[in-house]
Amino acid sequence: MSSQMTPGIAAARLPSETVETHFADLHAPLAPHEASVAADRCYFCHDAPCMTACPTSIDIPLFIRQISTGTAEAAAKTIFDQNILGGMCARVCPTEELCEQACVREAAEGKPVEIGRLQRHATDKLMAKQSHPYTRADSTGKTVAVVGAGPAGLACAHRLAMLGHGVVMFDALPKSGGLNEYGIAAYKTTDDFAAREVDWLLGIGGITVENGRRLGADLSLDQLQVDYDAVFLAVGLGGVNALRASGEDKNGVEDAVDFIKALRQSSDLTKLPVGRDVVVIGGGMTAVDAAVQSKLLGAQNVTIAYRRGREGMSASPYEQDLAASKGVRLMFNVQPVALHGNGTVHEIELEYTTDDGNGLKGTGEMIRLQADQVFKAIGQTLETDAGLELSGRKIAVTETGCTSVAGVWAGGDCASGGDDLTVTAVAEGRDAAMDIHATLMGSN
Amino acid sequence: MADLTTEFLGIKSPNPFWLASAPPTDKEYNVRRAFEAGWGGVVWKTLGAEGPPVVNVNGPRYGAIYGADRRLLGLNNIELITDRDLQTNLDEITRVKADYPDRAIIVSIMVPCEEDAWKAILPKVAATGADGIELNFGCPHGMAERGMGSAVGQVPEYIQMVTEWCKKYYDKPVIVKLTPNITDVRKPAQAAKDGGADAVSLINTINSITSVDLDAMAPQPTIDGKGTHGGYCGPAVKPIAMSMVSEIARDPGTHGLPISGIGGVTTWRDAAEFMALGCGNVQVCTAVMTYGFKIVEEMISGLSQWMDEKGYTSTADFVGMAVPNVTDWQYLNLNYVAKAKINQDDCIKCGRCYAACEDTSHQAIAMSEDRTFSVIDEECVACNLCVDVCPIANCITMEAMTPGEIDPRTGEIVKKDYANWTTHPNNPSNFAAE
Repeated sequence: MSSQMTPGIAAARLPSETVETHFADLHAPLAPHEASVAADRCYFCHDAPCMTACPTSIDIPLFIRQISTGTAEAAAKTIFDQNILGGMCARVCPTEELCEQACVREAAEGKPVEIGRLQRHATDKLMAKQSHPYTRADSTGKTVAVVGAGPAGLACAHRLAMLGHGVVMFDALPKSGGLNEYGIAAYKTTDDFAAREVDWLLGIGGITVENGRRLGADLSLDQLQVDYDAVFLAVGLGGVNALRASGEDKNGVEDAVDFIKALRQSSDLTKLPVGRDVVVIGGGMTAVDAAVQSKLLGAQNVTIAYRRGREGMSASPYEQDLAASKGVRLMFNVQPVALHGNGTVHEIELEYTTDDGNGLKGTGEMIRLQADQVFKAIGQTLETDAGLELSGRKIAVTETGCTSVAGVWAGGDCASGGDDLTVTAVAEGRDAAMDIHATLMGSN
Repeated sequence: MADLTTEFLGIKSPNPFWLASAPPTDKEYNVRRAFEAGWGGVVWKTLGAEGPPVVNVNGPRYGAIYGADRRLLGLNNIELITDRDLQTNLDEITRVKADYPDRAIIVSIMVPCEEDAWKAILPKVAATGADGIELNFGCPHGMAERGMGSAVGQVPEYIQMVTEWCKKYYDKPVIVKLTPNITDVRKPAQAAKDGGADAVSLINTINSITSVDLDAMAPQPTIDGKGTHGGYCGPAVKPIAMSMVSEIARDPGTHGLPISGIGGVTTWRDAAEFMALGCGNVQVCTAVMTYGFKIVEEMISGLSQWMDEKGYTSTADFVGMAVPNVTDWQYLNLNYVAKAKINQDDCIKCGRCYAACEDTSHQAIAMSEDRTFSVIDEECVACNLCVDVCPIANCITMEAMTPGEIDPRTGEIVKKDYANWTTHPNNPSNFAAE
């Protein structure tokens, strides 16, 4: 067995029991007593700020009141009515920046009601209790193609199926779930929750899933438009931005999303290799997820190197603190200029940056860090525009998800607007489904 | 630190906090612990007549209702008077009184409504050295069905009769404990006074069913599938108790009759409130059954601090001070005008005031896009509901308007003079205008 000190990239740096502890639930589920105490703190606000802050507009005061009166199942129904992936969102939502930030008890005491954990309490209870809480409306005879089985696609497919449409959902990867399955830190969704949630969601019926089907490869938008009454694109962002630093092709320089994907699909984390000195380039959630998980796997030194200041990081202060608490070093105002090493990366050379108001500039001062493994987490890009108009680098859509082509809707990370959050993708998928329904049924 | 020494019916105790007749005072072990904790006195749990003691149920005896965080707000019980042998109790009372001569020990008694029964027990109680007796005319369950407890307390003539017997056969203070399960508490209080009672104590517990088991479809506490009404007490009954206390304190017939206040006293402030309404001291039960004897330390320190702040040197200084300010609705000043005011710095923007006012009251609170809540003086009738539902103390206050100002709601000038319903032109029985 190797150790944290083992040079290079190595598996089994930590004993399996330690790794198991490291990758346990970040927030343990609330025990019934804890849930009851937490629910009691809700003030049942009028036109509640938390609800306004929720991208899916879950009626939070109502569901918490339902928990406090002993009907967590009804609470879950309140959640799922608005957000069919309420179980995953309870785990991965940056609640500290959404509902819990808006909570009046955050204003009153700096301690918001634990909305995320209460949501998990309710959704876990209902999901454990019954197969699926919704039934389908009578068949409309219409069929819709949903491309991409991530949060947006799943939410759209579920809503469409519930409304009586037939849905065929395609996904390029072998498993459905999108980033829920492949892209989120393991300690946020333990016990194979992403896959279980997809199975549970499909319990609505009327949704056929075809994995291994990729838009631009064996699927064309033109053909989908011929074969289906409507198409919803939720293909996410498959490409990864390049570092544009010399030596980027050296061994050990990897995409953070690939590392996370491999980690999420690993059945034995002690077999997953990680560097002794890991440097993650980027400032978003992917960077934090890659860095923290590297550390938890046993990397000795993990650094997040971000080109701007702390305030510019898209990872929330909560995520930054989480990284710091796990021993990740946060470096600000540094950008990569070169990766050194003889075929395999050994060191990363960073240049300090400054922003004088006219854009970010290198100061000319360099610093070198030991690096056996460098993860690139500087943003992802759309793989194919499928001939649709773009807005910026994403598919241009209206508020209800309409693209530039009639009969084609889009949502989630591949579409314009939104903020790359699971919960936003769910809202977009749901709302597009409602618009597709209205269009197909002739009420638009 | 203010001296809390209190004299009630000539009985001295180091503070006005007594434990009410109830499970906490059922036996020597508890009472000694209570005195060690600092309680000023106890009313020993009710003794019955000589002979086989009563029996209690062997299932649950208590039920409860809760506020947020499972704070116990109301407790209900179906326990009876002491189920221990009379002589055991008498021996214990004698021993404890001898060891704690500075503390008050009152013995609660409930025997059948026959003169002989009282004549038999009173000398035995007198022999213990206890400071007085309290007649349990209040227990609403179990004993009432046997013609005792509230069955006596609901008939003023019986109260007077039994009180007279006690005064005849016992020469120390006699306190009559009143049941709230009546329509007008002044009648039993008057009867007690007429019978020669030295004081009344109130309230005893209120008939209640605290909850229903929706699986068993039976009231709780449930004993083998059945339940019965019990006696309700705890913080939830305090308002009822204080109203009854004030009725007795201000009724011309009973004004001045010493009162021992009972009903949901949980903190020093509750005690001070009861005393301001005319109680010479208070009796506590549910609070110690919830938190233990230690709470008396807070009651002592709190009352002392408050008395120091107010300049009171004796508890007698403030007893009854609020009584003159308790009046009938018809005498309230209808010229007094107040408006709600929301302190925006304290507001946490929960909007409960808005929901309450908009849905259920006078639509007198405006809500802006950015969740600023403000009072619409043109609509505000100063009902106080916003104050009551606001989770932040003192965030919303009721501000009196100054005479001479125009009330935006009525368009009328706020008058300086006092005027009440009896002289109001809308009062059909007011013939002053003729």
